[in-house]
Amino acid sequence: MNLWLIPILPFIGFLVNGLLGRKLSKALINAFAIGSVTFAFVWVVKTLLALGPIETKYVEHYYTWIQSGRVTINVDFAVDRLTAVMLMVVTGVGTLIHIYAIGYMEHEGGYYRFFSYLNLFMFFMLVLVLAENFLLLFVGWEGVGLCSYLLIGFYFTEQFATNAGNKAFIVNRIGDFGFSLAIFLIVRQFGTLDFTKVFDAAKGMPTEAAAGILTTICLLLLVGATGKSAQIPLYVWLPDAMAGPTPVSALIHAATMVTAGVYMTARSAVLFTHAPIAMDTVAVIGLATAFIAATIGLAQTDIKKVFAYSTVSQLGYMFLGAGVGAFSAGIWHLMTHAFFKALLFLGAGAVIHGLHGEQDLRQMGGLFKRMRITAITLLCASLAISGFPYTSGFFSKDAILVAAYERAPWMYWVGVLTAGMTAFYVFRAWFLAFTGRYRGHAHPHESPLVMTGPLMILAVLSLGGGFINIPHWLEPMFAETAENQTLAWLSAVVGLGGIAIAYIFYVAAPGLADSVANSAGSLYRLIYNKYFVDEAYNAAVVQPVVNGSRAVLWKGIDAGLIDGAVNGIGARARGIGGILKLLQSGNIRSYAAWVVLGSVVVLLAIGFAGAVR
Amino acid sequence: MHNAVPLSWYLILSAILFGLGVAGFIYRRNIITVFMSIELMLNAVNLSFIAFSYQLKQVDGHIFSFFVMVVAAAEAAVGLAIILTVFKNRETLMIDEINSMKY
Repeated sequence: MNLWLIPILPFIGFLVNGLLGRKLSKALINAFAIGSVTFAFVWVVKTLLALGPIETKYVEHYYTWIQSGRVTINVDFAVDRLTAVMLMVVTGVGTLIHIYAIGYMEHEGGYYRFFSYLNLFMFFMLVLVLAENFLLLFVGWEGVGLCSYLLIGFYFTEQFATNAGNKAFIVNRIGDFGFSLAIFLIVRQFGTLDFTKVFDAAKGMPTEAAAGILTTICLLLLVGATGKSAQIPLYVWLPDAMAGPTPVSALIHAATMVTAGVYMTARSAVLFTHAPIAMDTVAVIGLATAFIAATIGLAQTDIKKVFAYSTVSQLGYMFLGAGVGAFSAGIWHLMTHAFFKALLFLGAGAVIHGLHGEQDLRQMGGLFKRMRITAITLLCASLAISGFPYTSGFFSKDAILVAAYERAPWMYWVGVLTAGMTAFYVFRAWFLAFTGRYRGHAHPHESPLVMTGPLMILAVLSLGGGFINIPHWLEPMFAETAENQTLAWLSAVVGLGGIAIAYIFYVAAPGLADSVANSAGSLYRLIYNKYFVDEAYNAAVVQPVVNGSRAVLWKGIDAGLIDGAVNGIGARARGIGGILKLLQSGNIRSYAAWVVLGSVVVLLAIGFAGAVR
Repeated sequence: MHNAVPLSWYLILSAILFGLGVAGFIYRRNIITVFMSIELMLNAVNLSFIAFSYQLKQVDGHIFSFFVMVVAAAEAAVGLAIILTVFKNRETLMIDEINSMKY
């Protein structure tokens, strides 16, 4: 089937654009960047059609990467039903976003650089989803982290962009540390990293014996997932990551990379189901993240920040689904979220593009007349994320919530409350941007077809994506999910309530929002400032590390110990040399005397040595 | 008597010549004289080589002294060239005045 072609195609695009892009024309750059991704998508479709209903996992072995003792690590790619879903989402949404980026990046510098990074990202992401062992998955995992860093800091002349890139990279290091520990433990416990072998071995372990080690492994995997997928406590990097260009926010920080943690959790479902404590931790972290991020989203004024916190919140839903055992519902939400959140970001990008870089919602308004296509497609995405009946979000979110109800009813109610807030803040953004009177000073204009085209396709997918029944497709891999029409409709009604409140606050009675915010002054300031989490992390972690590095590592060890040793050796050598140089008098006869004296000493020494012997 | 002159006389003569060479090497100020003193020392050593070779009936000493002569000739060629150049540049051959190579 030549699975290797799927990641290699974008890699070729990366090489061509990265090495030669400076000299190529824009048309050629587009051809390589978009062409490579499109071909990858075509190859995915062709492969999946050829494989048909993938009853058993299809594995391709390429070569042995590491052979050490009894541990063998291969470079293998595999396709099962879960990978099939991920492949379609990554290449499909990825292709649309690449096309959109042609329009969005038209006037930006570093055009070729942008597309080569984007192609490199696609390569690593496809390696991640195709990998058949934990180490190869980790390669993709780190690679997408690198591309995320490069693309967040794309506008590298801006201090805040480079800071945001550093923040994303460093926070992810913490998560990756946990992930690598988990990999070491898996090697130690199972002697292999191949998914099939590890999961078969885990299935065969007796429950009591397995609980301890599997719980540890799963909790460490969860640490990795919280870093990559922006969950509490490591979610802080994702809102800042919006410093990158908007197509990057859509592709990497909404649709694909940040869902890698969910994918990894679902992939390791066998391990997690054998570790109930870890499952509960996943569910609680997911739920808490969903709720807290949603409350922060209520008060943000930057349109991209609103959607960023929304992403964190929706990722929390996915983890909730995984944590309550509804892995297939989590993956379903992953897919629908990829559709509607990519659309939200791309739509926001179209608005920002049309307003020449304005991102503040308070400087928008009344754009419906000027950007009809953007407004309507964004409305579709907003309806989908709010769980409006029969849109994609309705099906996937409610599948998660119903599963949560089966596990513990309180989780369901918190989830429903979050769904209401989600509907509220998304429609708040929509109403602020598109209704009322225009409050800014730019000259808004609709985007070209190359941008609106992907928007329209994604709008169709956002509305209709829920009819792709992922839980049914994934049934051979994961347990069946419960269905409960009453609960599903209840959460949809709460979502409608959120939309209605947003309508009252921002359209019907525009002053009402401010007076509510004023009456709940301290609470409003708390969520407006994101619970001061960044400040707390700064005081508790960043400052001690920086100060410790300055005082101990820099001043003490580097400047004191290492520089001191090097400079000390140099100074001693100079001192000794200063004494010895006196011998170099320039007086030839004194040299001659030294030679004679030396010869005499040597002769005498030989004489004495002979006498002693 | 085949071996009329004893070996020790040769060695004493050689030592005297060598001592004269050393003294000249250290005390003389004219670079040409210093150079000649070095030749004197080399030839003193040659003398003892030959004496021992004759005494022990072995050819090694002869070969050594030929080597010394070849090296001395080469050294003389290079050394005289250097001395000529020094004289051209400084118009002196007093080695105490040629002392710019120092700390």
